[in-house]
Amino acid sequence: MADHEHKDNEQLGAAGFNRRGLLKCMAWAGTGVLWTVNGGVPRSLGLLGEAAAAESHAGGLTFLQISDSHVGFDKPANPNALGTFQEAIAKIKAMPTQPAFIVHTGDITHLSKDKEFDDADQAMKALKQKVHVIPGEHDVADADNGKAYLDRYGKGTQGRGWYSFDAGGVHFIALINVFNFQPGFKSAGLAQLGDEQLEWMEKDVKGLSSSTPIVVLAHLPLWTVYENWGWGTEDAPRALGYLKRFGSVTVLNGHIHQIQQKIEGNVSFHTARSTAFPQPAPGSAPAPGPMKVPAEQLHSVLGVRTVNYIRGKSPLAIVDTPLSA
Amino acid sequence: MLRTRAVLLGGAALSAMLCAAAPAVISGGGPALAAAKAASVKIDNFNFTPPTLVVEPGTTVTWTNADDSPHSVREMDGRFKSAALDTDDSFSQTFSAPGQYQYFCSIHPRMVGKIIVQPAGKTSSN
Repeated sequence: MADHEHKDNEQLGAAGFNRRGLLKCMAWAGTGVLWTVNGGVPRSLGLLGEAAAAESHAGGLTFLQISDSHVGFDKPANPNALGTFQEAIAKIKAMPTQPAFIVHTGDITHLSKDKEFDDADQAMKALKQKVHVIPGEHDVADADNGKAYLDRYGKGTQGRGWYSFDAGGVHFIALINVFNFQPGFKSAGLAQLGDEQLEWMEKDVKGLSSSTPIVVLAHLPLWTVYENWGWGTEDAPRALGYLKRFGSVTVLNGHIHQIQQKIEGNVSFHTARSTAFPQPAPGSAPAPGPMKVPAEQLHSVLGVRTVNYIRGKSPLAIVDTPLSA
Repeated sequence: MLRTRAVLLGGAALSAMLCAAAPAVISGGGPALAAAKAASVKIDNFNFTPPTLVVEPGTTVTWTNADDSPHSVREMDGRFKSAALDTDDSFSQTFSAPGQYQYFCSIHPRMVGKIIVQPAGKTSSN
């Protein structure tokens, strides 16, 4: 799987350095990389901190993705997940060009506890921007199957919390794939969007011009990163089918606590780092639990992501920044 | 011992599960049941151990999470469900009604397990 990923990305490499080597090193070394996406094809412009990174922020829509903050987690892999979440927020606040808004792609909390949601909300209040959130499976793990999350964040959303919005000429679709898991009695336990949400989504994009750039947010990847660990969404092909006619589709996921990316036709898929703890690469460990790294390395494997879109040129520049940067 | 019996019962499990549409009598573990039988399932390394547990009616089963990751215990048809269990957290459920209960972890749905409730001495419910 990992090798396949490297190949995919190598083909796309338009930058003046070795993409394969970079991705290998990025996997855990935590180097920030700047991405632009032209017509659905990302290419790397350079390492974060180089001039290109600064340029990408000039003009257009810039938004920022954070993910998998797991507020409440206090195990050896990160004894203070609230602390690293607050650090990530402090970094965002210190950015010279402020993103228009923030998206949080799920697993805000670790155990769906009120106190954890309270702490996370308190931390996010430090941001002056709106934070668009979607839940991860850790946010709907209360005995009431998501009531704690929906009571807090469900207002003004559709169905069980999904929604869409427009910003800077881009149509954003926030999908939820943590409610309808197929238990692994006969399957790998993949996520599902479910019929109700898919029908809503089909209608949601119906009136849009095909030239509208689409950004889809979902917690679990909308492509199968690693089936044995349930890292995929069974009915994602149906959702992507509704987006076939669009020239530029960017899917931003969390869940796997590491950067993985893949391009398929007009669609580019990206998973983000966690602000809390890393997880092993697909299949590299017996189970996908929190991965302990030496304390001094932790900040290099956590991070946030900025995305920049300039109207008319339709590039999305994606920059992953480790907390250590 | 229990696992051997579970294997013998494997074929009957699915049909019994599908037939279990009638509301099951599953009571919470109150003081009156304190003297009743107890059994346990360990949650470790993203597995329920044992994956299939055979108990007598009235048994209270306790799941304990030994992983760094939280897990939950959720019966397939929602007949019982725990909140997320952090490391060392436990969840107990008392089983009064004979039958088969398939459950999974709602956080890691590939993790599945089964409780078979049947009177002592029986080797199979059909």
